[in-house]
Amino acid sequence: MADPRIPAASNVETTVLGADEIILNMGPQHPSTHGVLRVKLRLDGEKVVGSECVIGYLHRGVEKIAEHRTYQQFAPYVDRMDYVAAVSNGLGYCEAVEKLLAAEAPPRARVVRTILTELQRIASHLIWLGTHALDIGALTPLFYCFREREEILKIFEHYCGARLTTHAFRIGGLQYETYDGFEKDVARFCEPFDKRVDDYEALLTSNRIWLARTKGIGVLSAKDAIDYGATGPVLRGSGVKWDIRKAMPYAAYSDYEFEIPTGENGDTFDRYMVRLEEMRQSRRICLQAVEKIPAGPIMARIGKVLKPPPGEVYHSIEAPKGELGYYIVSDGTTQPYRVRIRPPSLINLEAFDKMVRGHLVADVVAIIGTLDIVLGEVDR
Amino acid sequence: MTQMLQTSLADLKPFLLPLIFAVAIVAVLPLIAGYMTLLERKVMAHMQVRLGPMRVGPHGLLQPIADAVKLLLKEDIVPENADRLVFWLAPVLSMTAAMLAMAALAFGPGFQIADLNIGLLFVVGIGSMGIFGIVLGGWASNSHYSLLGALRSAAQLVSYETAAGMAIVGALLLAGTLSTQGIVKIQDAYGVWLIIAAPVGFFIYLIASIAETNRAPFDLPEAESELVAGYMTEYSGFRWALYFLAEYTNMVVVASIATTLFLGGWLRPFAETHAFDFLDWLPPVLMLSLAGYSLYRAPKQPVLIQKLVMVAVAGMFVALAVVLAGPLVATHFLGIGAAGSLIASWKGALHGGFWFLLKVFLYIYLFLWLRFTFPRYRFDQLMRLGWQFLIPISIVNVMAIGLGLALHRQWGWPRGLSLILMNLITVAIAAALARTGESKEKGEAIVGEFWGSGRDA
Amino acid sequence: MLDRIVFDFFAGIAIVSAILVVTRRNAVHSAIFLITALLATAGIFLQLHAEFLFIVQIILYVGGIMVLFIFVIMLVNLDVALHQLQFRRQWWLGLLLALALGAEATAAISIGRSGLPDSSTAPPASVLDPNTELVGRVLFTGYLLPLEIASVLLLVAMVGAVVMAKRRT
Repeated sequence: MADPRIPAASNVETTVLGADEIILNMGPQHPSTHGVLRVKLRLDGEKVVGSECVIGYLHRGVEKIAEHRTYQQFAPYVDRMDYVAAVSNGLGYCEAVEKLLAAEAPPRARVVRTILTELQRIASHLIWLGTHALDIGALTPLFYCFREREEILKIFEHYCGARLTTHAFRIGGLQYETYDGFEKDVARFCEPFDKRVDDYEALLTSNRIWLARTKGIGVLSAKDAIDYGATGPVLRGSGVKWDIRKAMPYAAYSDYEFEIPTGENGDTFDRYMVRLEEMRQSRRICLQAVEKIPAGPIMARIGKVLKPPPGEVYHSIEAPKGELGYYIVSDGTTQPYRVRIRPPSLINLEAFDKMVRGHLVADVVAIIGTLDIVLGEVDR
Repeated sequence: MTQMLQTSLADLKPFLLPLIFAVAIVAVLPLIAGYMTLLERKVMAHMQVRLGPMRVGPHGLLQPIADAVKLLLKEDIVPENADRLVFWLAPVLSMTAAMLAMAALAFGPGFQIADLNIGLLFVVGIGSMGIFGIVLGGWASNSHYSLLGALRSAAQLVSYETAAGMAIVGALLLAGTLSTQGIVKIQDAYGVWLIIAAPVGFFIYLIASIAETNRAPFDLPEAESELVAGYMTEYSGFRWALYFLAEYTNMVVVASIATTLFLGGWLRPFAETHAFDFLDWLPPVLMLSLAGYSLYRAPKQPVLIQKLVMVAVAGMFVALAVVLAGPLVATHFLGIGAAGSLIASWKGALHGGFWFLLKVFLYIYLFLWLRFTFPRYRFDQLMRLGWQFLIPISIVNVMAIGLGLALHRQWGWPRGLSLILMNLITVAIAAALARTGESKEKGEAIVGEFWGSGRDA
Repeated sequence: MLDRIVFDFFAGIAIVSAILVVTRRNAVHSAIFLITALLATAGIFLQLHAEFLFIVQIILYVGGIMVLFIFVIMLVNLDVALHQLQFRRQWWLGLLLALALGAEATAAISIGRSGLPDSSTAPPASVLDPNTELVGRVLFTGYLLPLEIASVLLLVAMVGAVVMAKRRT
């Protein structure tokens, strides 16, 4: 007896297969789905006429765990969601709890948070670029991107001891003071970075084959992007100029000058250009921030035991993948009543079916890559 | 009885030299193909800002041997319902076709297995038999996706073979003969390599040969192991090694065809101009510099055995240098080798072989370079490129060269002028064709202004 | 002497392969043996100094037509054919017809043998131009019209195939 709560219809198996149609399974173990994602494709010859993403292979019950941890104890868990960009996850969570506590991190902490988050944005986009290019067949950009990412990870390691799951921030500010030479290291990374992005562009942007593989592939119109709730480069690639750093500034973003790149056609190529340009703008922010980090305390006075007053808050930040939101309900105790995380990758993945229909099987991999999903975030 | 034995021995005599060459080539070829894999890994690594194999042997020099031993010792897995005869036959067929094609290639004057008067056609024809290895391999794997991948790969091979063949025909019009020895001798007589007379043909052949050997950017059938498993999936151990070796041997074969036809075969650059005779000293000098580099790196190796291997490698290069310099020293300083003598033919063979291998190496380096620079084409884009661009251009090329030759022979135009004119016309037609192809692909995609007239949401 | 051995080798392979083509159940095996039969025939051409025919046999017949056969065999579901009943009832009629045909062929060859050209009257291969040039010269001068007609025929076939494939989609 089928469970009535589970919808029976699916894009793939709902109707009888047509004459030439087959169902192809890109299983959870697959080199190009960037994690454990299962994609069921319904093919008419070579063309995709329906698709369905089966997720949940990486579900770890993070939101349920949150109900049984104190606010500070839960902070390391959020790093493991979008494990490629752990620092942003931490920023979103800490700021959300600070909002709940009606506290604010001191200016120095806010600036250092901004610098580290922007470095993390660059690192996340570098992974995206390397793996996306690798899926499409360009073997070399991956190694160049990882070379740059190595520099950023060294800075993180020097700062907080970890490269990947950093737990860099604390609720109320920072735990660690920046090390001696932090500004110099960041400046030394950012200086030649513009030229490095030029190198990646030289390899890809004007390459005929790259253009043939990305232009017109996976088009998402602006209306569809807004309807699906897509955010981040997926939304901006479709031409919608929406970035939370400008619309509802947090941390220290309102102090710095930067542009929001947008695309026009909403295809893979536009999202590629948006993310490349975002890397340049992040570098710009870092250089501005690092010139003048205000002196002062790094931690707000909020006490060791956090007992936010009962209430709820929704706070979102512009993570590298899109709008990462935290909805926290507090019941007055040291443990949250409910933490709901808005994962940008999952919401963006909803648009996958729309984007992939009508394309050939070889484009599916390019489209998954251009959505830049991390299964840790999709499944939590 | 002795009479019959004598006549049969006399019959067998002409087979002796080709047999020796054949054994030499068959013995050496897998080694060369193996070292080509090492070369590829090193070149790939250096282009990707890393080092590549460094541990097995100094600078990874013994890596191919380690890989070969490993593959020989692996378990031989045959899929359950696979057809055993065909499963065994397919890689053997691939390798046989690739090796057999080497039979008509000329590495030096008189230095080849068989000087057929249809030499080039033989190489191309036998090379095309490699398709069976792919198709039968995909079928024998008893997997739907293997079969589709194999058929796709075969379709790609067949399409680009047409373009390659037409490009070769264009150059053959200028060469006038199919014999590989004859083609190089003609280039010697003209004084200029055929790439200068038929550059469009060379570039068409370059692209078509990359597609022929299933190399990136045309390697979708074998690299798209994401959705459609390539034909090689079910093969493991030595069978896979055979396929792999067959692919690299095919690369050597197409490089050799291109070298023979377009790059002057075994001729030294400016073979006829005596002002450039100093180039004759390039082979031994190159070998000596490689030996010097090996000796320089020897003390930097971490382990004693690696140091010794480096010194041995240096010694090998020195020996090669001595062998290559021998006839030169004899002719220039000792005055013994007159033209036509044994020493002169020794020089011809050795130096010819060296120049031939150098050009083959440069052509293959181009293959490697392209592999690590470009993304790969989707299959339909690949077929469109072959059928709607390369084949029309190669046909236009043949007609243009024919017209050029006719202008020269019938109407007495100077040969250089008519050929240059015809090549320019071909290039113009190619550019026009490329532009229409591009605009058809892009359709109405607007390359919008980047900072976006995006709506503020 | 060597000629004899080489000829026997190729002819033997051709005959055995031909027999295997018609006796195998598995269609792909039949195709493979057909390829060997064709290659053996090509070898005989080579022995007769008809190099052009040799290589054209390989490029066109083996590399073109047999590839087509194999594509079709692989795309068609052959498991059905493998288990079908063979026509074995009228084996005596088949035998009778084969014998009659064989007798007829033997009679024809032995009676008409004197009319066939043999190697003693033909000029030795070494004084002739290479086979390719001879064939080319004859094709493009004496037989130009049939050549052009054959080309047009092939073109029509190609265009027809493309049109038929497109109409399905």
